[in-house]
This record gives sequence, structure tokens and C-alpha cells, in this order.
Amino acid sequence: MLGGAGLAGAFGPSVAFSKGVEDRYLLLVILRGAMDGLAAVVPYHEPKLNDWRQILVPPEPGKENGALALGTEGFALHPSLKFMFSAYEADELAILHAASSPYRERSHFDGQDVLESGGADVLASRDGWLNRALQKSAGIEAAAVGGALPLVLRGEAHAVSWAPSFLPEADDDTLERLMRMYEGDEALQTALQDAQSLDMAAGDVGGDARKVTQGRNYVPVLQAGANLAASGAAGVVVMSLSGWDTHNGQGAQNGVLAGRLGQLDDGLAEVKKTLGPKWENTVLIVATEFGRTVRVNGSRGSDHGTGGAAFLAGGAVKGGRMLGDWPGLAQNALYEDRDLYPANDLRALFKGVLRDHLGVSRKDLDRSVFPDSKNIDPLKGLV
Amino acid sequence: MHAYKTMIATNRFGLGARPGEAAEAAADPRGWLQAQLESSRTGEFQATGLKSSDQAAKEYFEYQAARRKAQKENAGGADDGKVNDMGMEKPRTNLAREIEARTRFAVTTKNPYRERLVRFWSNHFTVSISRNPVVPIAGAFEREAIRPNVTGFFYDMLFAAETHPAMLVYLDNAQSVGPNSTGGRRRGRGLNENLAREILELHTVGVDGGYSQEDVTSFAKILTGWTVAGPRDRNPTGKTYFDDRRHEPGIHSVLGKNYPALGDEQAIQVLRDLAMKPETARFVAGKLAHHFISDDPPASAVEKLTRAYLDSAGNLGVLSAELVQLEEAWQETPVKFKSPDEFYISALRGLGADTLQSRGLRGTYASLGQMPFSAPSPAGWPDEAMAWLGPDSIQKRLEWSQALAGRVGSRVDPRQFLEEALGASAGERTLFMIKGADSRKQGLTLALMAPEFQRR
Repeated sequence: MLGGAGLAGAFGPSVAFSKGVEDRYLLLVILRGAMDGLAAVVPYHEPKLNDWRQILVPPEPGKENGALALGTEGFALHPSLKFMFSAYEADELAILHAASSPYRERSHFDGQDVLESGGADVLASRDGWLNRALQKSAGIEAAAVGGALPLVLRGEAHAVSWAPSFLPEADDDTLERLMRMYEGDEALQTALQDAQSLDMAAGDVGGDARKVTQGRNYVPVLQAGANLAASGAAGVVVMSLSGWDTHNGQGAQNGVLAGRLGQLDDGLAEVKKTLGPKWENTVLIVATEFGRTVRVNGSRGSDHGTGGAAFLAGGAVKGGRMLGDWPGLAQNALYEDRDLYPANDLRALFKGVLRDHLGVSRKDLDRSVFPDSKNIDPLKGLV
Repeated sequence: MHAYKTMIATNRFGLGARPGEAAEAAADPRGWLQAQLESSRTGEFQATGLKSSDQAAKEYFEYQAARRKAQKENAGGADDGKVNDMGMEKPRTNLAREIEARTRFAVTTKNPYRERLVRFWSNHFTVSISRNPVVPIAGAFEREAIRPNVTGFFYDMLFAAETHPAMLVYLDNAQSVGPNSTGGRRRGRGLNENLAREILELHTVGVDGGYSQEDVTSFAKILTGWTVAGPRDRNPTGKTYFDDRRHEPGIHSVLGKNYPALGDEQAIQVLRDLAMKPETARFVAGKLAHHFISDDPPASAVEKLTRAYLDSAGNLGVLSAELVQLEEAWQETPVKFKSPDEFYISALRGLGADTLQSRGLRGTYASLGQMPFSAPSPAGWPDEAMAWLGPDSIQKRLEWSQALAGRVGSRVDPRQFLEEALGASAGERTLFMIKGADSRKQGLTLALMAPEFQRR
């Protein structure tokens, strides 16, 4: 290591927010590939559920390996989501079902573009809503786990990415000499110093470096993200998890999707553990670009749909409840006779968190963070 | 006398000096660059073993068919990822071969200024493999639309790029249908504005080019019909053609001018006019100045380049020659921070590499953060220090440099490397640190990471 010098870069231990709100954390987990919201949060009370997709539905709550019932509302979490269930019971998890960005087609590329840019249309903006929010809340360090900054974090506000090394780390002596060579070159010096502190902050999370970089090894990705927040290196952290495009053999209580959900759940449990007391000041958003078809497809999976599910977790969240409207699964309630109707706009969720957790003003939210979104009211009372 | 100028020619205009290259350029750095713009010069890119875009697209259609079949047969199978990937090997192999070929050429070419221009224009007209059908044809796009026109007229490159299958697919024009066309009325499919918007915003007049949303919509209508032939089409599979049944009928107006209903000719006329706009000249001039002069180029330079563009009707050979003549481009201090790709290519050139290990090539690009043909948006890769001078970027460069030095360091004298690659542009501190390195490996690592080598 570089001794004390390594910590002298831009990453201080404290995280300052606008409006004097200190020590708050916002973590965003993007599930890339479109997670099946109807499998993650199962609407058991819907009479048509088994007609549409019986082979994708885990056993009812109470049965062996059954889903985990959420109060008396007729919804249940997938049996793999044990930690999330306990967080719901502890009022630290809220769910927004039938949620979607304004995007209404079915391409992953475009769907993620709209989800992250915060625009109303594909390619409407080249930077991300979270970056624009950061421009309104000076002083927050933002980081992403992965090989490059995701669109949501791209823009004028400073943000860094961290990914595990594919190659052996540079030896200490070389590092020290390089640091001396960079004396008088402030830009390179700062970058190199920050790299050391960032690496130390992210910690050794294990896993295959390539898979972690690509978001295919969930627990290490979430662990690294939590470490970055816990160490004070970043107040805003974005993590991407890929592999949710379950067209084939999706499974129900077991199978492909159950495995992915289980990894997600394990990772989130680690996040809470790692953050320790900081969990109380944390809001973690889990979102995906769109949902999947209500009906099972010809290859025992589901195809790209519209309404999906999103989660808010964290000690700061007023949880233990379902948010927004539920459009139902009756035939005439479906979107284009195939998808869960997108009754809730994800921007309302994001806006609510940004306003009440990070103190971004309504005016900024309506105009610059989510351009032309005045008619989308922030969800109230999320934190 | 020309010592620093030589380094500017080989590093700022070129792709990094190969051993012996500085000696070639030293007598007349400007003349050395100028000569590379002449088309008679030998050493052009050889596309041996690479597939044309229509050949490669055919393989992609085969992949789609195979995937559909596999999905049906493998219903209930364990891993959907595997099924989705089935048959994607061929398109991916095409991509890997293209990346390897263009990397090898960049490392070895004797026309590095010309090759830098190819990369500049390829980035200006970005296509990205973020869309699967682009995967097998991204390399062909660069070879077919960019390379032949790099010292030709801007209009020719513009037309070749916008009507190439890769662009039509990447920016959705292939699926765009005029609402009042025969096809549009029948199938209820709609207009897609992506290509029209990006041509205006990113390829020609630029975001401040004075166009409105109505211009975008009108232009999108004009562009309808330009599409790519599928496997069941009567037209040659994988090639661009104009489908009158998708074309929105009628006269449409773009930037205050009415374009008569002339089918495919309607879009051609708009592109011709856009190529001749002063706004386009200024936008292109600004981007070139940004790439060759500084992240914040002086207005005088942009002005001269704009004039050169307009006086030559957008002749890119003339423009590239003007760039060489600009005093502003010869500042004797490193002005641009290298992108990962520039860093990587210049390192291999500095080491005099002739062969390239294809294994690990993609891993290198991925870990350095700039996989070819994967720019994050249609705007292409960023061209400024702010985007690349981040902690993770420096860390990955350092690790890669150390690994490279570990492989070749025993055979390379770092002082000689520095002399060949940086010559007069290496500062005293750098020379001192490298002289004092405890091993050749460490010396080479430091030389690759030197502030002067990280910039150009």
C-alpha cells in the first residue's frame, strides 16, 4: 500500500448532502434482462393466475417450499427471497408492483436506455437521471461496480467505477515510484491515489473477476457495492446484475429464476450486514427495465413484457407494504392482451426517493432529473 | 531541431511511434503526415479472410432461425442463456476476427495518421454491438463505409454510413415504416425517429444546428423505406435496399426546405444538403480540432478548419491536410490524454510488435474499458481526458502495463523504448525515474505509465 498517501485523494470518509442531510446512502441495483415480477412477487389472489402461467408459479404460501405471504394482501414473495421477506416483516422493504418506465416496446437495449436516462423516450438523453440528481446535491461521491459507468450514472457530476482486477495488482514498490513520477501531475496523481483507496474500500469480494465485472456473479457485486458505501468511499452506489432474461425453462420454486433470485437475496442480506448501523440511513432500490409476459411461452419461460416489479429496501424505508396501484390479471386488464398493465411509473418511485432521501427539489426533479415529467408525482412517504 | 515536432507527428497525429518511425518522420514531420493522405500510397488495409456485411448478415439470420428452433426443442431445458447463445458463435467469430485485424493493422501500419482518421470517423459514425444483429457486421461497416472515404468527400462517407446495414439496424431505420405507406396502413407499424435524430444531432449539423422536432419527424419520414433485406426477401439477403411499400409518401420539409416525393432520392437530397451546411462544417471542424488540438480547442483553429471544409465542398483529404498545417496543432506539450484504445495501440507500436496474440485480445480491451464497436451510445466514445482519467482506468492500465512488462520486459531496454516512443517529449523526472528502476520490467512499467506516454 501507499501508506497514508493512498487515502489523500478525493474520497473522504464523510458524505455530505444538500440541505445539510448527512450520512445518507442510496444504492441502486439494476436487474438487466427484465426480471419476471409476477414470479418474484406472486399475486396469489388472482383467480386467473394459474390459467396464465401455472408452471411458473411456486407453491402457495404454507405449502412445502411455498411462497412467503405478505400480510393479508394476497401477494407473496418467491420462496427464494427469504431475506427480503424478513425485511418486509421488519418494515424495511416496500414493493412497487406493475411498475414500468415510460418505455412501451420490448427491446432490452432501449428499455434499459429509458430506465437509466430518465427520459420519456429511447436515446432522449445521453446522461443518466442519477447523475443529474447528483448535480443538484453537491458533494456526494458516486460509484458503480462494473467495468464502466452505467448510463444512469453518466454525466457531468463526478462518478467513478470499480471492477475487480483480471490481472495481478501492481507491486508496492512500483506503485510508490509511479507516485513519485506523478508528482507535479495532479490529474494522474489524484487518479492513482483514488484508485488505491477505491480498491481498498471495495475490498476483496472474491468471485470470478470477469463475472463480477459483467454482473453475472451477484453476491460479490453486491458485497463490493456495500463495501464502497460502508467504507465511506461513496454515498451513491450503482450495481448491475445481468441474466434475468428467462425465455426458456424459467422454473418456479426451483430452476433458473429461483437460482437468480436466491443469489440476489443472499447478496442483499450481505449488504445489510456490511452496512451495519449505516443500513438505518440507507435506501436501496431494485429495478429492472420491464416485466415479462403474463402467459407462459412455448419454451416454458416468459417473454418480454411491460409491467414489472421494483423493491425499496433499507432501514430508512417505510416498508412492510405494497405501493401504488394493482391493475389485476383479468383478461381485459392486461396490457396488449399479454403483459401486466404498467399501472405505476418507476419515475414516481425514483422521484420520491430522490426528494425525501437526498433532498432534490421537486422543480429539479420535474425539469432536469426527469425531463418533462411534471405530471408524474413523486410517491409520498417512502422514507 | 524537429525533435519535438517529430514526436507530435508520430504520437499526436499518428498512433504512437514504432521503433525507427521517428527517424523516418524527422526530416519533414509535416510532409511525412501529408504523404499518408495520398491514396496512391501502398499499405492499405487487407480484408483477407473477413466477410462482407451481407455474407456476415446471412450467418446472423441463420443464427436467428437456429435459436428459434432450439427454443422450441429445448423447452424446459436448464439454461436459457445457452439456448440464446446457440449459433451466435459465427457472428461472434466474425467480430473477433474484425477486431483482431483492425488491431493488428493499427499496430503495424506505416500510415498511422490515416489510420487515426479511420478511427476518428468510425467513432463519429458509431455503430455498436449492443444490438445483436450489429455484432457480425460492425467491422464490415468500418471497412465498407468509413475506410474507402476517409480522404474522400464527407457526403460520400455520410451516405455510405447512413445506408449501411449496420447503421440502419443500429438506429432502427430498418424497422421504421411510414404511417401512410402501404405497409404502414396494413400492419399498423410505425415511424422510428432514431436515425433521423442522430444524423442531425451527431453526424451533421450537431445539437446546436438549429433543427426542431418537426425536422426530425419529417426527416424520419423521408428515411422510411431504407432497410435491410431479410432471408425471405426478394432482394439480396443482408443488403440495403429501398422498400417503396414502407416509404412515407408525400413532400416533406427539413430545415426549411421542401423535398419532393422522389422515393429513395428524397433522402439522398437531404443528405446532400446536410453535408453542405455551414453548421455541419463547423460541427465536423470542432470535433477534429477537439481530437487533434485539445479538449478545449482555440476558436481560430475551428474557424480555419470550417473554412477548409466549406471551400473544398467537404473534401476530407483537404481537411486532414489543413489540420497538419495548423500551428495550433503543434503545441510542444502533451495536449490529449490517450483513450484506452490509443494507449494500448501505442504501447504495442512502441514495442515494435509485429504479431498479435488473438487470445486475450478481447480481455485486454475489456479490462482497459474500451471494447471496439461497443461505444456506450450513438455519440461514440468520449474524446476528452475527463472521461478516461478516472481511478479505475489508471489502475487497469497499470496492471496491464505491469503484466505486459512481465512478458516482454527482459528483452526490452526501457530507456531505449522511451527514446524511440517519446524522444524529446520525455521529461526529466520521467527519465530519472526510469533510469532508477530496479529492473527492466519495472522500468518498462513506469515508461508505459509515464505522464508523457499516457498523453499525446
